[in-house]
Amino acid sequence: MASDEPFGYRLWRYDGAPGELIPLLQSAQDHFGYIPRRAIQHIAGVTGIPESSVYGVITFYNQFRLQPMGKHVIRTCVGTACHVSGSRMLIDAIQDELGIEVGGTTRDGLFTLFTVACLGCCSLAPVMMVNNETHGRLTPASVRRILRGIRRAEERGAAERGARPTP
Amino acid sequence: MKKIVVGMGTCGLSAGAQAVKDRLAALAETHPEAATVGITGCIGMCYREPLVEIREGDVRVIYGGVDPRRAEEIFQRHVLDGEILEEHVIWMRDANGVESGSEMDFLRHQRRIVLRNCGCIDPESIAEYEATGGYEALRKALLEMTPEEIVAEVKASGLRGRGGAGFPTGLKWSFAASQPGPVKYVVCNADEGDPGAFMDRSVLEGDPHSVLEGMIVCSRAIGAHAGYIYCRAEYPLAIRRLQIALEAARERGYLGKDILGSGHAFDVKIKQGAGAFVCGEETALFASIEGERGMPRIRPPFPAEKGLWRKPTNNNNVETYANIPWILTNGAKAYAAFGTEKSRGTKVFALAGKVVRGGLAEVPMGMPIRDLVFQVGGGIKEGRAFKAVQMGGPSGGCIPASLGDTTVDFESIPATGAIMGSGGMVVLDDATCMVEIARFFLDFTQAESCGKCTFCRIGTLRMLEILERITRGEGKPEDLDTLRTLAARIKEASLCGLGQTAPNPVLTTMRYFLDEYEAHIYDKKCPAKSCIALVDFVIDPARCTGCTLCAKQCPVGAISGKPKEVHVIDPAVCVRCGKCLSSCNFGAIYKA
Ligand SMILES: Cc1cc2nc3c(=O)[nH]c(=O)nc-3n(C[C@H](O)[C@H](O)[C@H](O)COP(=O)(O)O)c2cc1C
Repeated sequence: MASDEPFGYRLWRYDGAPGELIPLLQSAQDHFGYIPRRAIQHIAGVTGIPESSVYGVITFYNQFRLQPMGKHVIRTCVGTACHVSGSRMLIDAIQDELGIEVGGTTRDGLFTLFTVACLGCCSLAPVMMVNNETHGRLTPASVRRILRGIRRAEERGAAERGARPTP
Repeated sequence: MKKIVVGMGTCGLSAGAQAVKDRLAALAETHPEAATVGITGCIGMCYREPLVEIREGDVRVIYGGVDPRRAEEIFQRHVLDGEILEEHVIWMRDANGVESGSEMDFLRHQRRIVLRNCGCIDPESIAEYEATGGYEALRKALLEMTPEEIVAEVKASGLRGRGGAGFPTGLKWSFAASQPGPVKYVVCNADEGDPGAFMDRSVLEGDPHSVLEGMIVCSRAIGAHAGYIYCRAEYPLAIRRLQIALEAARERGYLGKDILGSGHAFDVKIKQGAGAFVCGEETALFASIEGERGMPRIRPPFPAEKGLWRKPTNNNNVETYANIPWILTNGAKAYAAFGTEKSRGTKVFALAGKVVRGGLAEVPMGMPIRDLVFQVGGGIKEGRAFKAVQMGGPSGGCIPASLGDTTVDFESIPATGAIMGSGGMVVLDDATCMVEIARFFLDFTQAESCGKCTFCRIGTLRMLEILERITRGEGKPEDLDTLRTLAARIKEASLCGLGQTAPNPVLTTMRYFLDEYEAHIYDKKCPAKSCIALVDFVIDPARCTGCTLCAKQCPVGAISGKPKEVHVIDPAVCVRCGKCLSSCNFGAIYKA
């Protein structure tokens, strides 16, 4: 995947081939965690595609973010199998536990909550991913336990560093 | 010498296969004389992952639900001491070819053509693919057949596209073949956007070379020299395995300037999708490969004439391509022997929802839905009642249990108002509200509408608002007619399949479950007790521990009770927000 390929390298390697806008945006997002304004300007400059069109492509696709994400990214699956197994209740529990809405980031910058259309682990429904780890057969209670576990680990880490968690 | 094989598809990995494999690899290192450890893709029994198979000669034993501790036990007792741990075997075949095991039924009713190698070979090894006869079809196509003969063979097989519409594949190839060159494209649609479908992912993760081989054969048949696989970015493992496969195929000379000395040149690029359902529609997919917003284009011109970069293009689904090598190797006749008169061959289904054995199953076309749910899928979870299957994702519809004898093929399924779709089959039980399911799919298509056509963009939103109202208990008698009218308009006035099919989930549920709509609208009741605005929340005294958590969560103070004593909810005060239900740690709150 493009993640081990620095954004600058991609840009530098850009040879004017048509159709490279989306891969360029993907590598910018892999690099920065979101697509910052200066990346848009930069990509527009190099490719000659107007900034407005670049922005149009970014907002068309669900994958692209214009805001930085939290340290831990939660993706709850809302595919059909998860939906009929109660994913709505999981989302309610997460929103309640973290005090954020879907798409939002907690004020301490620890968590961002997204939904995804299908993670393809339908037989483990309902499922969520926290960063790259998949958790299956969840209940509202087990979701809260997982989130509290992460928060506790963060607080311990922060206490050891003698500082509060930084966003 | 035994061979230990760990199932490492996404389903296996999310169930913990990596730790199991690491444990086994460490053990094998200390006993190099006893066994080697390899990997394979998904065999389809996702519900029993992680899976570990031990092979010795012709004997195959598969264990299910393996964790690192069980893996150690299997290594000690089976690999080293030669004892089979009967109680954990889910499927096995002994030296006489006799099959047994608790999950034998799941495999017994299947006929695996597309999935022939999934769960058997190491998807990262081209040598293992070749050992099963891989790339023989390509050799035959390039060195023994003319392009016309290839097209004729695919036509004769009766293969129809597996991406949803079921268009005859041979005919499609002949259109692109008849276009003037020299620049043409072969595209593989691996966008798989239907929530609840994961067939293509499993094929790409478990047997990427079969798809690649199908594409190369196609390139020869239509005279194309460049190809693209458009794969959704949510499938990182599939993309990685495809990349490995592409490199190996180039090294072996199956891709490149002069493939197998035939003079034919072809190479393939992978393009990652960026998360837009409509990009599964082929003209939107082309726009996306070209780096634009993925919006569908007007047809005609059809892709065969002006597709990607406005050049003649053949686009097929992953599963369609994966059938091709088998057809060329075994002959069109052998393929056409499976299935029904108009729907030949097999179809892979992703069984999910309230079914006992959720996973991937490939069955001959023409199998009744009921057999798929009960014989292959093992019936309904928790012994509940079979209510319906949802087929075809957001473009499809719900087929009620009373039509369970309907066979899966391109004629019978559309007759019910649903579609075959790409193969997602979500099984629904009596606790599923059909109005809510219709709302769920419309919510999806509404959000995924690209906005080009007014009726699709705004009509679906109006339908969604009505369905939301009905599930909140605020439905009006005229809503049903309004839904029907809107549905007809949207179907008529949309450019692509997204809008043309978006109303299907609503129309089929209204057709078969009108009583549920009426109960919501007139009686303000949800018969399945699913819509929270229309049910009462009740605390089960046997389970309540009096922890007070629900009372603290309740925003309107509807819950009373002393600490350590059973609590009660006052339905007159309750606003049915569901907070208590999701906060209870003891499962003591239920809907009535
Ligand atoms: C909204 C929409 C989404 C689609 N998504 C997919 C998809 O994810 N995968 C796919 O193969 N075909 C999808 N299709 C169908 C394609 O347009 C096209 O018919 C198909 O890829 C052709 O391949 P086939 O002939 O092998 O079936 C979709 C169509 C529509 C209208």
